[in-house]
Amino acid sequence: MADLAPVVVVIEDDPQMRRFLRTGLGAQGFQVFEAATGRQGLVEAGVRKPDLVILDLGLPDLDGVDVVKALRAWTRLPILILSARGAEQDKIEALDAGADDYLVKPFGLGELLARLRVALRHAALAPAAQGETFSTGNLRVDLQRRLVYVDDEEIHLTPIQYRLLAVLVKHAGKVLTHRQLLKEVWGPAYVDHAHYLRIYMSQLRQKLEADPARPRYLLTESGVGYRLRA
Amino acid sequence: MASERNNHAPMISDRPDPDVLLAKVEREEAKARRGRLKIFFGAVAGVGKTYAMLEAARERRAEGIDVVVGLVETHGRKETAALLEGLDILPTRSVEYRGATLREFDLDGALKRKPSILLVDELAHANAPGSRHPKRWQDVEELLDAGINVYTTLNVQHLESLNDDVGQIAGVRVWETVPDTVFERADEVELVDLPPDELLGRLKEGKVYLPEQAQHAVENFFRKGNLIALRELALRQTASRVDAEMRHYREGHAIREVWQVGERILVCIGPTPLAERLVRAGKRFAMALRAEWIVAYVETPKLQRLPAAQRDAVLRILRLAEQLGAEAMTLSAAEMSTAILEFARERNVTKIVMGKPTRRGWKRWLLGSVTDTLISEAHDVNVYLLGRPHGAEPGDGKLSLFREAPPPGLNEPSEAGRRIQHRRYVWAVLVTAGCTLTAKFLFGRLDLANLVMVYLLGVVFVAVRYGRGPSILASILSVAALDFLFVTPFYSFTVSDTQYLVTLAGMLAVAMVISQLMGNVRYQARVAAHRERRATVLYAMSRELSAARSEGEIVRIAARHIHAEFGSRNVILFPDATGRLVYPREKRLDQSLPGVDLSVAQWVYDHKERAGQGTHTLAGAQAVYFPVVSESQAIGVLAMRPANLRRIFLPEQQKLLETFLNQIAHALERVRLAEQARAAAVEMEAERLRNSLLSSISHDLRTPLATIVGSASTLVEQNEALNSQDRQNLGRAIFEEAVRMSNLIANILDMAKLEAGAVKLNRQWHVLEELIGTVLNRLERHLKGRMVSVRLPRNLPLIYVDGVMIEQVLANLLENAAKYTPPGSPIEITAEASAFTVTVSVLDRGPGIPSGKEEKVFEKFSSIHPESAQSGVGLGLAICRSIVEAHGGWIRAKNRGTGGAVFTFILPLEQAQPSLELEAAG
Repeated sequence: MADLAPVVVVIEDDPQMRRFLRTGLGAQGFQVFEAATGRQGLVEAGVRKPDLVILDLGLPDLDGVDVVKALRAWTRLPILILSARGAEQDKIEALDAGADDYLVKPFGLGELLARLRVALRHAALAPAAQGETFSTGNLRVDLQRRLVYVDDEEIHLTPIQYRLLAVLVKHAGKVLTHRQLLKEVWGPAYVDHAHYLRIYMSQLRQKLEADPARPRYLLTESGVGYRLRA
Repeated sequence: MASERNNHAPMISDRPDPDVLLAKVEREEAKARRGRLKIFFGAVAGVGKTYAMLEAARERRAEGIDVVVGLVETHGRKETAALLEGLDILPTRSVEYRGATLREFDLDGALKRKPSILLVDELAHANAPGSRHPKRWQDVEELLDAGINVYTTLNVQHLESLNDDVGQIAGVRVWETVPDTVFERADEVELVDLPPDELLGRLKEGKVYLPEQAQHAVENFFRKGNLIALRELALRQTASRVDAEMRHYREGHAIREVWQVGERILVCIGPTPLAERLVRAGKRFAMALRAEWIVAYVETPKLQRLPAAQRDAVLRILRLAEQLGAEAMTLSAAEMSTAILEFARERNVTKIVMGKPTRRGWKRWLLGSVTDTLISEAHDVNVYLLGRPHGAEPGDGKLSLFREAPPPGLNEPSEAGRRIQHRRYVWAVLVTAGCTLTAKFLFGRLDLANLVMVYLLGVVFVAVRYGRGPSILASILSVAALDFLFVTPFYSFTVSDTQYLVTLAGMLAVAMVISQLMGNVRYQARVAAHRERRATVLYAMSRELSAARSEGEIVRIAARHIHAEFGSRNVILFPDATGRLVYPREKRLDQSLPGVDLSVAQWVYDHKERAGQGTHTLAGAQAVYFPVVSESQAIGVLAMRPANLRRIFLPEQQKLLETFLNQIAHALERVRLAEQARAAAVEMEAERLRNSLLSSISHDLRTPLATIVGSASTLVEQNEALNSQDRQNLGRAIFEEAVRMSNLIANILDMAKLEAGAVKLNRQWHVLEELIGTVLNRLERHLKGRMVSVRLPRNLPLIYVDGVMIEQVLANLLENAAKYTPPGSPIEITAEASAFTVTVSVLDRGPGIPSGKEEKVFEKFSSIHPESAQSGVGLGLAICRSIVEAHGGWIRAKNRGTGGAVFTFILPLEQAQPSLELEAAG
């Protein structure tokens, strides 16, 4: 990755936080551009041709969610959100608006790098994933033939279970909110019925996970949604 | 009031009685808060009261006082209307009544405007139905209570106690009356006087307003003789007020009063037309003597059988007496004269006022009369007899005297009672028939005299068992049966042998006497039983109340007892923090009254007076409202909707209800004081907690901060001297301590939010397994090297919780287990469900909890091992408890029998499981 020198735009108003990100990411071979306000950030994102945007939700001039929307108006580049602890609702709104992942402050550099790599990989893979075969660990999903294997053994899923898994596979590594999943699998009328999702997710885990109480693939993002470990 | 000023014992020294002085001081204090009432008093309409009032008002206004006209009837008189010019006039209130629009005085408008002086004409006016008070004088009372000074006008004929006299003088009765107490308590009375000749002149000139339809009657009324008599009454009334004021002055200046020996007058009334006159006469008598007076009604068994309407009429008279300032009593006794005498002795009555005896001639001689008995037996009491007015025959139109209909609902015949009544008579017939069968069997073997005994036995049985009426029936039937069947000639009512006539007559007489005696005995027994029951009821309630520990408990006890005793659904309302009454939020009981008119209740609360159905205030309301008063402060309002109003408003019942209310008020007061004491203790505890919070936090925040500052400064200042290993070590120290601080701050913030009640649960349906999985993932690093086993039954129900919070509970419990158990020891998570709860346990194999500390671990800032290396403010478990309790659940800790500790939290399954459209199982 270092030879590619991925470009990251950091939109964050706290100078100490910017310094930490600049130092930490720079040392890891990222090329970092900084913006202290939302507007400046939108300009930077437009001119620097970034591979990824790191966006703090608490900005002085614009609502973080609006920044996500403005970016999504013209680009699919991965957006990683930084949010304060307990601000679940902001996080969900930003994810619903199209952000890819989030990180709760305070966080360590290791955690940040892991998320960045997943997001970059997901962005690189995304177009190719359609209609292909996806595999992670001992789980394999053949999207074309709609077949699911664990340890090469075919697992029979109901149509909804499969649809749910397929949506997660399509966005593997990315956080999907309850709303997004409900809308895509059950339809817009079901966006407030989170318990459907929880029950089907539990069924999927029974079928796909070795220990459903300690899932390896189908991860819960507490209070936000789900993510398939890629 | 006369009774207030009365002294109970002759005064010996020159010093005024302290009680009298105290009463005077209290009276004056109450007066200072109350508005002052000025009455422009006249003999008849047309003497110029309204005119005088308006003139006075203009003078006040010229003095710069805020004068407002509440309502003035000019009756189209130009001079009067002219006086209104330039005065502030309060808009009237329109009331729709039977299609007509009436203009009424706007009480609420006046209270809101709160002028210094308010003019309200015609004190005796009756308000349109649906107004707050039926009478205008009650409006005025409320204005005075609110501290507004009132000017008003009144004619002598409208005074309650004179109403009767005026009626007799003028031959015209007015129905709109004002209680004498209002007049007596007026701060100032100005007599507006006009000699009769001048008045008649004005009448001729058309200066006196006369309504068209009543022209004739009113002209009759304005005869010179009448006018003279009325004027005399008005003058006398005013003079007696002056006299009273004089006495008042004397009291204030320690001028020795020539007190009469404490007079006490007893007015005895019966269910006769005379009753009302007796009460009014008693009032005047008491006024003249400045004596305390009591109006008593003796209810004998005979009177108890009177129709309900008549008994209610008596009740009304008793209430009238109360309004006139008397103490009203109902005495229950078998014999009137004994009851009166006993009562008179008990209360040291000096004079008895009663009606002339109704029995005349031989009946009086034979049966005696109450009056005669009293006169002959009451040696130290003077008895005054009041004659009947002309034309009123004893017993005629027994109840025409009741002008006002009794409060609606007071008359409700009891269907069930009547059925029981009928059944008793049927039994009387059956018993007589049984006697006849027995007699038939014995006939021929026994003499007729002995057959008579069989029948008498039957009569005695019926009398004892079914009371007076049925036994009289049995007596008559027995005599008839005996005559018909056993006296020659048989099967005929004729009697051949005259001596049998004596037998039959004697038998009838004996049977009747037995019936009468047994009837009285039964009644007495019933009265005694009644009293005993009341005492028992009261005792039962007070015993339960004394054991009650909370307001809710008291309210429940009260509701149950009031329902049982008064047949009323009821509820006690308490004010919220702003003094507005609110309907209680607690679970409704069977006896609870489901909805009440809060505006009526509020009025009752504010004025500490009863209102609602059956009372004189807001009588249109569905329920009756009583203030619950303790230490002269209203603490709540009891609202009750009785099935039968009589069960509340009978005098005995009222007294009982008052006692109930007192008991309830005392119990509430006691609980509140206890609550205050408890609150103070809690406050102290909170103070202690705050202190330990401060010391705890400052210690726990400073320690990591010290490490961070030290390490970071070393890195910055000694960079060159450090090798990469040192730098790594220092950096790691900063990182670890910072994480520790971050966790600590997060915990403190959570606790603060939970404590402040700022946390709103985001409840959704969750799968427990998922919550556990999330936590295990999050704590992966924390739990490294440990066997964490999760044992969950299949088919656990969904739980309706805030997922993030329950995750936090699980996380805190797991962290706690990891912290206090040796590394590598196993941790277990289990769950089970019952029909109503889900129980989750976290079990470890550590040292366990020191015995006796099982509860303590959930308290804030408690640490099982205070000075261990595993530092950290003891907040984790306290947060767990707050969260679980916010979900309506509870959390416990105990030691496992086999070593180690188990932390268990139980969540209620309050809601039905959510619906799900499941696809076919796959």
